[in-house]
Amino acid sequence: MQATTQCFHCGEPVPAGLQLSVRIAGESRPMCCEGCKAAAEFIRDAGLADYYRFRDSPAPRPEAAPDDTWTTYDRPEVQLPLLARRGESASVNLLLEGLRCSACGWLIERRLERLSGVTSIAVNPATGRGHLEWRAAELSLSSILRAIHGLGYRPHLLGAADTLEVAVRERRQAMKRLALAGLGMTQVMMFAVALYAGAFDGMDPILRQYLRLVSMLVATPVLLYSGRPFLAGAWSSLRSGQFGMDVPVTLALLLAWSASTFNVFAGQGEVYFDAVTTFIFLLSLGRFAEMAARHRAGSTSDALLRLQPASAIRLSGDATERVPVADLRVGDTVLVPVGESFPADGTLVGGATMVNEAMLTGEAQALKRDLGEAVLGGSVNVAQPARVRIDALGHQTVLASIVRLLERAQTERPAIARLADRWSSWFVGGVLLAATLVAVAWLLVDPARAFGTTLSVLVVTCPCALSLATPTAITAATSSLARRGLLITRAETIETLAHTSRAVLDKTGTLTLGEPLVNRCTRLGSVDADRCLQIAAGLERTSTHPIARAFRQVANPLPAPADARGEAGEGLEGSYGGIRYRLGRRDFVAVIAGTADRRDAGTYLGRDGEWLAEIEITDTLRPGARAAILRLARQGIATEIASGDHAGAVADIAAQAGITEYHARLRPEDKIALVRAREAEGDTVLMVGDGINDAPVLAAASVSIAMGAGTSLAQTSAGAVLMAADLDIIPAAVETARRTVGVIRQNLGWAVAYNVIALPLAALGYVPPWAAAIGMSTSSLLVVANALRLRSDTTTARAAPAVPARVTGTAA
Amino acid sequence: MSILYILIPLGLVLVAFGVWAFFWAVGSGQFDDLETPGWSVLVDEHSGREDGKETGGEESEP
Repeated sequence: MQATTQCFHCGEPVPAGLQLSVRIAGESRPMCCEGCKAAAEFIRDAGLADYYRFRDSPAPRPEAAPDDTWTTYDRPEVQLPLLARRGESASVNLLLEGLRCSACGWLIERRLERLSGVTSIAVNPATGRGHLEWRAAELSLSSILRAIHGLGYRPHLLGAADTLEVAVRERRQAMKRLALAGLGMTQVMMFAVALYAGAFDGMDPILRQYLRLVSMLVATPVLLYSGRPFLAGAWSSLRSGQFGMDVPVTLALLLAWSASTFNVFAGQGEVYFDAVTTFIFLLSLGRFAEMAARHRAGSTSDALLRLQPASAIRLSGDATERVPVADLRVGDTVLVPVGESFPADGTLVGGATMVNEAMLTGEAQALKRDLGEAVLGGSVNVAQPARVRIDALGHQTVLASIVRLLERAQTERPAIARLADRWSSWFVGGVLLAATLVAVAWLLVDPARAFGTTLSVLVVTCPCALSLATPTAITAATSSLARRGLLITRAETIETLAHTSRAVLDKTGTLTLGEPLVNRCTRLGSVDADRCLQIAAGLERTSTHPIARAFRQVANPLPAPADARGEAGEGLEGSYGGIRYRLGRRDFVAVIAGTADRRDAGTYLGRDGEWLAEIEITDTLRPGARAAILRLARQGIATEIASGDHAGAVADIAAQAGITEYHARLRPEDKIALVRAREAEGDTVLMVGDGINDAPVLAAASVSIAMGAGTSLAQTSAGAVLMAADLDIIPAAVETARRTVGVIRQNLGWAVAYNVIALPLAALGYVPPWAAAIGMSTSSLLVVANALRLRSDTTTARAAPAVPARVTGTAA
Repeated sequence: MSILYILIPLGLVLVAFGVWAFFWAVGSGQFDDLETPGWSVLVDEHSGREDGKETGGEESEP
């Protein structure tokens, strides 16, 4: 075995015999291809070699793109919906595919700053977006895009109403609300301490009134600005005829605030501004943590954007013309070069080819398509240029229907979430009823004390502890899990995860790595197995088929044969030393090797008149998968596989992972049906998957985890995203979720016990409102402290994964 | 204790200033990316746009 050299630029192995290198910082560095060499030379010559010192992951490998890919973007009809213009200057939002670390962002910024005409470029590596401004008269958009592409990144134009901007606005808004609530809380708390001290030791009445007035001045903007989400939430839930958790929160806030304000002007009675601000701050804190987690998952528009090319080559007669996809009509014929994705659904009319539908189906293997067969918009043409007659565009495409399926599944909330809603509705109703009864009773007994006592009841039973019990525990668990590589994107995920009784796993990319490998090479003829592999690897050099990746691991491969030829869906042919070799399917090899009386399994290598080898190519089981399945079983969770792949491959992986139940050849609808059936049997189903075809089923299951390396669309539909490569985090997450639910129970138990004791005391008039406020605050603090125990959980913690790969499915 | 009648409004003015400053910082995007700016000080700035276009490889003085 010879140690393979890695390309200094992109980190991929350098093919043996290739002598490309670039001198960077005084040292000669190996390069794997001309593209990387050009990119590295450019970076060095531009004085940007620091990039190599500061990056924390290798660069993307630059690919050649036809020149007119970018010139399309100079056409006004393509630019119009995407660009914002202000006088001479134009601006556009970019999505940069391949952006992997901060150094990448730095590199793109420095590169574009050198182009005269670019007025501003800001790249945010955390989101993979950039904002570009330039003088349109001086510089064409295509030359800027080409410069970015020259560095190895693939730019996509984003429309103005980008989901990311919405997220940024939401985050900024939430941060402002939180800051105001926090600062307001400290101020009001300070005055409150003075007032409480004054209540015991006596205080100048004018000073007392002054402090109350100042408290009101601070608390009112906090309520109106920071408390707005709760007020709005309560209003909208009341309008739809429901009692959400925001209703008692809002009622307590409004009553405490209005009673306090009334008392300030009346010059007597208690004020509760400290309770109002503390409450708003703690609630905002919980919401902020939830929002941050939600934003970390990808957005639907990203996935769709990468799938659909912006332009296509239309054929009219013999002439070709690159046009925007929006200009295509049903019945048009388009030419799709190798490596580009199909712009719409259509029928193959020229050039039998292979297509990769990984983005649509999650299966990495390219599929053969003959003339007259259908191809799907968004899938990638991998074998040879194809001519396609367009049958369906836009909303009529299969891709669009998958998205619709996903949207429908997302609108149906899981049963457990509905139960929780109903339960909190009952609680709120109970509190309101109790307060009303107390008010009526006191009006009959002693009208003068009726308002004060009712308020005491509302403050004491203020669902503070109760409403904090769940979010604080969930927030603590969320951040603890995030450190271990599992991002929780929905509030109810942890609760549902704790009740999971069955896990359904996708195969490709979930249980397996999604990277094919040569598993076994059985010698059939006179040539030994190692030599056979070297020949096969030589032939595969010419191939773009995903299988070819499996052969990159082979040591000392032969150079690519000069007369190499590929036949779509069949195999490869080429000669070494005048002898013709064929590698591929059994029947394809049999044409030269002789009768095909062997079983049709795997890939075969043969030459004129002789069978040489049977090569088994498999996808590797993810490391730790078996251990994870075992742990799940010990936790009482049954596992099964639901895959779109054929039965043989699924059975093989199932056996390796130690799973006995599996289903092969399932379409997305079948997977949903399977999950629905399991849930009808009473199971709470955890779905783990990655591809776009998994997106609807991820959304339909009670709880779901998407693989971090999967498509963004799958990630938006899931309740959690697994960023680490290790499946073992799933049972660990179930354990944490169960402990979290335990903490939530303790918290709820404490809150209920507190309320049960405090409510009668308050109702009988024994609790002055200031004591009620202190009792309530202490109760909340206990709940928060208990929840924070989940953060310092070290029993199952492990080193955090290195950089979570921001993997983007490529459509290129 | 009458000093409080001056100190408290003064304190509130400071708080108001703090809130305004924070709102301004959030609004100008300073909290959008908390990672890159801390890292970027490690990198030497080479020739920027102001002092020459497409200058190529020479190392400029910091």
